[in-house]
Amino acid sequence: MTVALLQISEPGLSTAPHEHRLAVGIDLGTTNSLVATVRNGISVVLNDEHGRALLPSVVRYLPDGTVHVGGEAQREQSTDPANTIVSVKRFMGRGLADIGDISGLPYRFVDAAATGAGQTPGMVQLRTAAGIKSPVEVSAEILKALRSRAEQALGGELVGAVITVPAYFDDAQRQATKDAAKLAGLNVLRLLNEPTAAAIAYGLDNAAEGVYAVYDLGGGTFDISILRLSRGVFEVLATNGDSALGGDDFDHRLYCWLLEKNGLSALSARDTRLLLTRSRAAKEELTEHAQTRITSVLGNGEVMDTTLTQQEYHDMTQNLVARTLQPVRRALRDAGLKVEDIKGVVMVGGATRMPQVQRAVAEFFRQVPLTNLDPDKVVALGAAMQANVLAGNRGEDDWLLLDVIPLSLGLETMGGLTEKIVPRNSTIPTARAQEFTTFKDGQTAMSIHVVQGERELVSDCRSLARFELRGIPPMVAGAARIRVTFQVDADGLLNVSARETGSGVEAHVTVKPSYGLSDAEVARMLQDSYAYARDDMSARSLAEARVEGQRLLEGAHAALQEDGAALLQPEELQAIELLAEKLQQTLAGDDIAAIKRATDMLNQGTVEFASRRMDRSVRKALTGHRLDELEA
Amino acid sequence: MQPAVFDFQQNFFQLFGLNARYQVDSAQLEQHYRTLQAQVHPDKFAHLSEAERRVSMQWSTRVNEAYQTLNNPVRRARYLLSLHGVDTQEETNTAMPADFLMQQMEWREAIEEAQQARDEAALTELEARLQREMSELQQQLAVRLDDEQNYAGAAEAVRKLKFLEKLAEEILSAFDTIEY
Repeated sequence: MTVALLQISEPGLSTAPHEHRLAVGIDLGTTNSLVATVRNGISVVLNDEHGRALLPSVVRYLPDGTVHVGGEAQREQSTDPANTIVSVKRFMGRGLADIGDISGLPYRFVDAAATGAGQTPGMVQLRTAAGIKSPVEVSAEILKALRSRAEQALGGELVGAVITVPAYFDDAQRQATKDAAKLAGLNVLRLLNEPTAAAIAYGLDNAAEGVYAVYDLGGGTFDISILRLSRGVFEVLATNGDSALGGDDFDHRLYCWLLEKNGLSALSARDTRLLLTRSRAAKEELTEHAQTRITSVLGNGEVMDTTLTQQEYHDMTQNLVARTLQPVRRALRDAGLKVEDIKGVVMVGGATRMPQVQRAVAEFFRQVPLTNLDPDKVVALGAAMQANVLAGNRGEDDWLLLDVIPLSLGLETMGGLTEKIVPRNSTIPTARAQEFTTFKDGQTAMSIHVVQGERELVSDCRSLARFELRGIPPMVAGAARIRVTFQVDADGLLNVSARETGSGVEAHVTVKPSYGLSDAEVARMLQDSYAYARDDMSARSLAEARVEGQRLLEGAHAALQEDGAALLQPEELQAIELLAEKLQQTLAGDDIAAIKRATDMLNQGTVEFASRRMDRSVRKALTGHRLDELEA
Repeated sequence: MQPAVFDFQQNFFQLFGLNARYQVDSAQLEQHYRTLQAQVHPDKFAHLSEAERRVSMQWSTRVNEAYQTLNNPVRRARYLLSLHGVDTQEETNTAMPADFLMQQMEWREAIEEAQQARDEAALTELEARLQREMSELQQQLAVRLDDEQNYAGAAEAVRKLKFLEKLAEEILSAFDTIEY
């Protein structure tokens, strides 16, 4: 066991200065997923043992509990459609009702509302040969495959990963993605918006300056982001999109056309999957050719043979292309810009290979879009660059990323109306507070309903969470002052707290419940997970606790050496040293709880010190600035 | 856990090293904003301790709040007035001059008409006109706040601007309804 521990903690995780920390960027896509890393200063996609970069985002569950991921699963999608999950990203953080038309999908859905105990309707689940699976668990299988690919290629344990999400993902979808990463044993350095990741890769490669639009049409999602690139700063001015529009919809449109053309209806799950696969192949064929022939033998022996021209295909998908331009117009307006202000349009996502999409974008922006980076890889490459920065591998010359929240956050007020608290396109991290009051005399509790979206009626927005603030002292109606604070972190995730300002009664909630998983559910899934069943769980936890404690200790020693004497009173210095010593002692033992406790204590004990250090660096930064300006 | 200690003595202008005036050099404001975020942004602390990550998020949030306040003409005026102990009374003082209220009604009707006719050109024209009126009021604010120290007059200009901001929002949502 000792040997295994050393293998886990030694390679990537040492915090010795100047040592390269292993970090990756992961593009968890609807159709394909990729992992990339920065090697010798260059971002590269990591291939599998057969030299393939793209891992199909397909997971197949077998009755004996075996899980196949990627190409192996994809090959069986027509023979075993119900247990082979494709495009699972579309179900992340979504209830059954959100998914809409499920008639074309070969899965056995379980509406979590039926299984949940008295909770609000939860995330949809899928019944497979290996039991009921949440989209979070399915996504975690994809992430695990990429993680092991990366660890084999890099020869060590990862310090952390940047996982990309569509910019237009809401809080529930982001939280689900983060939970999936946790389940896959990844330390999430940051959730990064896909178009922003692409802008980093493109901007750094081309030393771009000016305002750019990133048009990102993936397998299942569409994003548009408007960014200003200048002197090492990537500033997102506005973002918009449609989290249920992508290449899949083009396939589906073609599939419906095939059914109509051939007078087919009520297909078996196998035939449905077969025709969807043929539709996708035809779509790809029509990117390069003027026409294509689609042939299939259906389950009942019937032979289908249909010819489709590029023109017919463009006509039938015209309204899908048009649907992407509405968010583009809204993003431009939110950024306060006109088409002529856009210096370049970067194309991202495999679906942007379709000529009719490129033509529509060129027409709208009155310029030829930029396609010099592989639209399938650019997101992962940018995510790897950001992961390298976040892991602390670069020095002073790194860039600054200012991203935004895509959808407004608000609360339900009287009459089912939404009161917006954090408007869309606010730069994150951000916090906003709003005061509310009681409606009735003697009211002692207030229920708080957090929603996300742009519409006026709560019923048209996404419900994120409901919680109650209790113990408000009885007062006449309108006398209590309830201050609700929304804090959105750099991952775009929301934390809400409410406080009655007179009495100080407080309630906190990390927004998870409605469409997310509770911490208990994530813990259970960790227990159940295949990889963890093989590993020795407690050995792993001990190793992780030690690594975390060791990192904190080394960081604290470095900070004390640098600033301890200047910023701390002797007794404060002594208090921190005592906590550090205590942690050092527990690290030598194997009591996980004691190590975690000592780590927490040192963390708490250094908040004030960290705060003073920050305060001083802020002062220094601006003083330096003013001197520069005087000299200039 | 103890909350981090901010220097609450420092107002937003001080935080950005600027004089507390309505007229600000927006290039300088932006430059200082970027310099500050480069110091405090959570991306610089992602690999460090929980304590450092938390302090960073709080600071970065504050710097964003300060920038969003100072970078917006109405919010900046309101904030400056609050530093002088003047409440703009936007919720309570609704006694606006009659001709101003009449104008408001005309604006509303024009926006509604354009929306119903789905006339994007008319909306664009209304938007441009509104922008002109708003910048006139902003010039008025500059004089009243920076030259005359006429805070009561400035508060009234803020209340008017707030009305115009609401109109601007209505124009935006009219654009939205046309496109949906």
